[in-house]
Amino acid sequence: MSAQTSEHKTMSVKLIVWRQKGPNAPGRFETHVAKGITEHHSFLEMLDVVNEDLIKQGKEPISFDHDCREGICGTCSAVVNGVPHGGQVRTTLCQLHMRKFKDGDAIYVEPWRARAFPIVRDLVTDRGSLDKLIQAAGYVSCHTGGVPDANSIPISKPDSDYAMDAAECIGCGACVAACPNGAAMLFAGAKVAQFAALPQGQVEAPERVAAMIRTMQECGFGNCTNHYECQAACPKGIDVKFIARLNREFLKALFKAKAGTFTPVGE
Amino acid sequence: MILDGKAPTGPIEQSWDKHRFDMKLVNPPNKRKFKILVVGTGLAGASAAASLGELGYNVETFCYQDSPRRAHSIAAQGGINAAKNYPNDGDSIYRLFYDTIKGGDFRSREADVWRLSQVSNNIIDQCVAQGVPFARDYAGYLDTRSFGGAQVSRTFYARGQTGQQLLLGAYSALSRQIKAGSVKLFPRTEMLDLVVVDGEAKGITVRDLITGEIRAHTGDAVVLASGGYMNVFYLSTNAMGCSVTAIWKAHKKGAFFGNPCFTQIHPTCIPQAGDYQSKLTLMSESLRNDGRIWVPKKKEDCGKPANQIPEEDRDYYLERKYPTFGNLAPRDISSRAAKEQCDEGRGVGLGGRGVYLDFRDSIHRFGENVIRERYGNLFEMYERITDENGYKVPMRIYPAPHYAMGGLWVDYNLMSNLPGLFVLGEANFSVHGANRLGASALMQGLADGYFVIPYTIANYLKDTKPGKVKADHPECVKSIEDVKGSAKRLLAVNGNRTVTEFVRELGTLMWNNCGMARSKESLTEAIAKIPAIREEFWKNVKVSGTGDEFNQQLENAGRTADFLEFGELICRDALHRDESCGGHFRVEHQYADGEAKRNDADYAYAAAWEFKGIDKEPELHKEPLKFENIHLAVRSYK
Repeated sequence: MSAQTSEHKTMSVKLIVWRQKGPNAPGRFETHVAKGITEHHSFLEMLDVVNEDLIKQGKEPISFDHDCREGICGTCSAVVNGVPHGGQVRTTLCQLHMRKFKDGDAIYVEPWRARAFPIVRDLVTDRGSLDKLIQAAGYVSCHTGGVPDANSIPISKPDSDYAMDAAECIGCGACVAACPNGAAMLFAGAKVAQFAALPQGQVEAPERVAAMIRTMQECGFGNCTNHYECQAACPKGIDVKFIARLNREFLKALFKAKAGTFTPVGE
Repeated sequence: MILDGKAPTGPIEQSWDKHRFDMKLVNPPNKRKFKILVVGTGLAGASAAASLGELGYNVETFCYQDSPRRAHSIAAQGGINAAKNYPNDGDSIYRLFYDTIKGGDFRSREADVWRLSQVSNNIIDQCVAQGVPFARDYAGYLDTRSFGGAQVSRTFYARGQTGQQLLLGAYSALSRQIKAGSVKLFPRTEMLDLVVVDGEAKGITVRDLITGEIRAHTGDAVVLASGGYMNVFYLSTNAMGCSVTAIWKAHKKGAFFGNPCFTQIHPTCIPQAGDYQSKLTLMSESLRNDGRIWVPKKKEDCGKPANQIPEEDRDYYLERKYPTFGNLAPRDISSRAAKEQCDEGRGVGLGGRGVYLDFRDSIHRFGENVIRERYGNLFEMYERITDENGYKVPMRIYPAPHYAMGGLWVDYNLMSNLPGLFVLGEANFSVHGANRLGASALMQGLADGYFVIPYTIANYLKDTKPGKVKADHPECVKSIEDVKGSAKRLLAVNGNRTVTEFVRELGTLMWNNCGMARSKESLTEAIAKIPAIREEFWKNVKVSGTGDEFNQQLENAGRTADFLEFGELICRDALHRDESCGGHFRVEHQYADGEAKRNDADYAYAAAWEFKGIDKEPELHKEPLKFENIHLAVRSYK
């Protein structure tokens, strides 16, 4: 399983990378040069090359989050030249390839920056607040077993497709990093909309949206002021229409609460 | 030792129902007295933790990732099998059972596979109830498609992201239990040892990957759902963090390792582009529903653009060799066929290691829009990686290490030979035999987690006293010392070579000598070379930083150290199994047409290896496999 890299032209790029030892340590930019990079290197493979050099020089490699390297696990997360995931449409950082850069480019690499995502080290952040949102209400409360046959609940194809469009979210947090308010409205909206579109999820729709919104505030996420930066940064192209759906579901819940058919917990 | 899989006897159709009745129960108020540790949060781990939490057990769950939702089950693309027979095309539980046994080349336990086929239908019901948005037709009912090794359409899917949607379903159920307080989550926490007290699994030692703290967690049972070990080949379709570590540590504490040489090489992956490459990317097998695989007939055509090669000069070799299954031949057969074409010098692309996967005819028949709707995200992914448009030029694909059928040996209750240690999903060896069929991994993970372990674990717990072992037990203290000691040793070497260099060296050796084709010579050579790489690793590896901080190099070094021990075991197992079956192809054993030649007289057993020390030969135990319902036969897909 070997191929010749010599067939490719190589390039060098200058990286200006954020380094920070821990959540409370002071951070700073450091400059490194990545040499011998081909157009087929992914952005993370380019960082691998830099890290191998750093280790050999006895220096600390750059910590960065990554796992599947095929754009689905949502682990990789860095702001490249000011844009989360580097700005290629519908592309995670691990799928961004160096053919999008030129020899001699200077590239700024920073971690996600949001109040709800404290820095762990260098480019690694703690996105546990997104898990908290799902724990608050991102589910249908069914037990294992005791459910009806799958085909006993027909769901129209448009509703099913709409739910799937929302469910494609990979939970990377780029929407939060891109938002000037550090809001998680696209993330929460996608989950609320997925379930609101399906009969299984409609039973708990008011409780779900109320709990989601309360938890967003508790976790330190901001509010939406319609910049739509989230949609532009989303590697899965999640549409801001799901934020509108979140707001609509929230209004519906308020009316239900007024009518006395639903009591939000903790209010 | 002859191992007993404890499979129920009697008619196979009633085996699981009868066994469920025969097993003991833990009564509801007693459940909360038991603590269960679940390692891994993929399909098997998340569904197990959620279901056990719901039942009232105290559950602690661990993953090395920052969130349970990132487990590598998420990357499964194509779908999940179930015997629903919704399309009315002749499917049944029996047929799924038959296909899985045959697909696995008769090296799995019949009763386990029957149970898997039986509960497959419950899984689809469960996932729909959770709000998993499976593909539907215009009447609003569930849609299915075909996968390799089957002539019926039984694969349920959610675009090209079925694993993601199923995992998010299990993750949502898990999240609900975390909120309810029945499950406690420990993300960015890696299991580095198993605590065994009086021969039973009673705890694990973990490292907090953020602070570096090493501590023990104790429980009444340990459930390992830590995934597969294909990163032993360095380049694989697995996530970067996937490792053998959790199950290897359990193996070193006495758990038998089952059939480690049964490894799956997936036929449709994007070919390697260079030596710097860190992983290989899979293109779903579902593409073979509409794509046709071919290579040029003439070697001199291999360098030409595909569209300049006329129809009569193309060799659709799978359709030619396997007219009945065609492009949907099972994975092991398709992978070997691709290798064969490339070995003959008819491969395409860089280094001649690729074959075409061509959608021209399907686009012509259905239109580009239909193909886009079915596989749009896969075409986009292909273009991002290769810079080529799959709608205009045929994709290039090549086989890559993908899935481990082998894993820790378990009995019918999914318990290893160590009482109290349960193993689920890819981490165990149970149902796939020597080759897994497409869309069956998701099925197994969820079957084990939702519908098997909640029943079988009670049968063990019923006879144990809760809370027997506390964190200050001497075995815990010793385990913590051992784990601290090996981290310290890794950091102290301070040599000249990086961890990546070692894992690449091991992986290249494994791929060349123990990959798609294996021989006595290649395996003997690997067994001789691996200890030398291991020795060099402990003398010359360079791991920067300290143990008391977030240190990704240290994490990788630990996983690599385990692969360097484990790689030898795969080769030993492959050498001892002097036959070809499924994904294990010994060049000495093939028919004239190149098909795998099984030896049922001598090898119709599961091999379970017992650890005897790092530089010592492991001891082989055997579990004879009985085929009472499906007759042993030469597998044919022609």
